[in-house]
Amino acid sequence: MYSRAYKSIVALPPLAWVAAFLLLPYALMFVHSLWAVGEGVIVHHWNLDNYKVLFTNPLYAEVLFRTMRIAASVTLCSILLGYPLAYYLAFHAGVRKELLYQLVIVPLWVSYLVRGYAWKTILGSDGVLNGFLEYLHFTREPVGFFLYSPFAVVLVLTHIYTPFVFLPIYAAVEHIPRPLLEASQDLGASPVQTFRRVILPLSLPGLLAGATFAFVLSLGDFLAPLLVGGPSGTMIANVVESLFGAAFDWPLGAAISVGILVITISLLFLSEFLERRWAFK
Amino acid sequence: MTASSTIRRAPLLALYAAFVFAFIYLPIVVLVLYSFNRDGVGGFPPRHFTLRWYTQLFADSAMWDSLLNSLLVASASVALSLALGLLAALALDRADFPGKTLFRRLVLLPLILPGIITGLSLLMFAVFAGAQLSLLTVLLGHSTALVSVATTELFAGLQKLDRAQEEASLDLGATPWQTFWRITLPNLKLSLIAAGLLIFTLSMDEIAVTFFLIGRDNTLPLEIWARLRRGITPEINAISTLIFVVSVGLIVIWYHLRARSLGGSSQEFLE
Repeated sequence: MYSRAYKSIVALPPLAWVAAFLLLPYALMFVHSLWAVGEGVIVHHWNLDNYKVLFTNPLYAEVLFRTMRIAASVTLCSILLGYPLAYYLAFHAGVRKELLYQLVIVPLWVSYLVRGYAWKTILGSDGVLNGFLEYLHFTREPVGFFLYSPFAVVLVLTHIYTPFVFLPIYAAVEHIPRPLLEASQDLGASPVQTFRRVILPLSLPGLLAGATFAFVLSLGDFLAPLLVGGPSGTMIANVVESLFGAAFDWPLGAAISVGILVITISLLFLSEFLERRWAFK
Repeated sequence: MTASSTIRRAPLLALYAAFVFAFIYLPIVVLVLYSFNRDGVGGFPPRHFTLRWYTQLFADSAMWDSLLNSLLVASASVALSLALGLLAALALDRADFPGKTLFRRLVLLPLILPGIITGLSLLMFAVFAGAQLSLLTVLLGHSTALVSVATTELFAGLQKLDRAQEEASLDLGATPWQTFWRITLPNLKLSLIAAGLLIFTLSMDEIAVTFFLIGRDNTLPLEIWARLRRGITPEINAISTLIFVVSVGLIVIWYHLRARSLGGSSQEFLE
């Protein structure tokens, strides 16, 4: 029904945009990772040394493992908070369902910075939480370890990604045909059995989508660590940021970025593959 | 029997859900509360109501300059992302071309990719192209990241569109151009407004990509970021409270528009 001309007119500009501002920049990133820095300038001397450094210097492996641990904790905490909430909304919220759903959606789009900052004011050594604990006479001196720790990073990122994890889980749980649950119940399954054998398997694709999202975005985050992480909460993207900034080693920074990109895309493919396998047919 | 009797009661689960809501909203409540606290951020309980931090904020010209920059970038991002996103959505909906799957994946990639990757790759592109970092490079970054949002949103709108109207228009002798302006676009109006609002909000808040592409003029989030490095002031609570109120307003409008344009709820977003 649509002419060739129509199709080319709509397809060409976005194709050109993607080529110029996505493909070319990614290619440039890869090319940079094969260059080197000499006397404060980037020299086009092709080599694999940056990747060798990544694999041999234990510092990078350590930061990468810490980053993975933080991202995994964030994912787990977001699921522990988001899944029961989705379950509650889908099966027990009754007439308040729509209102509660919107209450979860709203903070989803509210400024990352505003939320990160709010936690900073709560966790600081003269912050609200310490003030509260002293007010209740639980502590006499400010507790220092709330802020500037991996714990603070996990807390802030969990706060940010819980609604993102909730959303696809809720969509999956909500779409489970109710007769299936009734059948399970009629056939004598207990609520726990119904959850384990019916609801959980059917919600796995949604769970996976949410988990992937939280993990991948936490993995590449550098703002939460800068805001509340302190030196012990440094993540891999912070290393990249400092290599592109003060440390001025773009090629090494580019090599780590390529690494992050490869990990991210592999995870996306894995998640898509599993989602298709677990999909309800 | 009423509907409520079919809902099994689960007090423990309800309590847990309340706890999750408290966790989600607690920081925001604290933030707003302390923006009116005379003794500044921290301490407990907050006492002595004041509007001092807001008056201080309104006299802060650097903050307002950065807000103006943000508004400029966000408006331009909306226009650019919507135009490209509309074309991309039309292409995905109606055209077949080699590499279509790859194209779809690439367009949507910035949505799921950490901002630092988009930001840094575009920084290298700017250096490669010999471009000075300025609000223009920031606009480029925002648009590249947000075309993905425009494409998903408008593609969803197109899928719900009634093709018969376009066929009728073409059969009755209208040119494809006329059909586009008189049938396709008006039918997509709600989707376009909803996507535009969402892009505007996201652009106003963006830091991760902006961080690497900013020149001499700061956007509002980067101005706040720069001040945070120097320490916490209640003025930041005040501006954050205002940002929160405005985002909530825009998002509530977006949610209702989107629910109307898709003729149902907008739960499918992240699927």
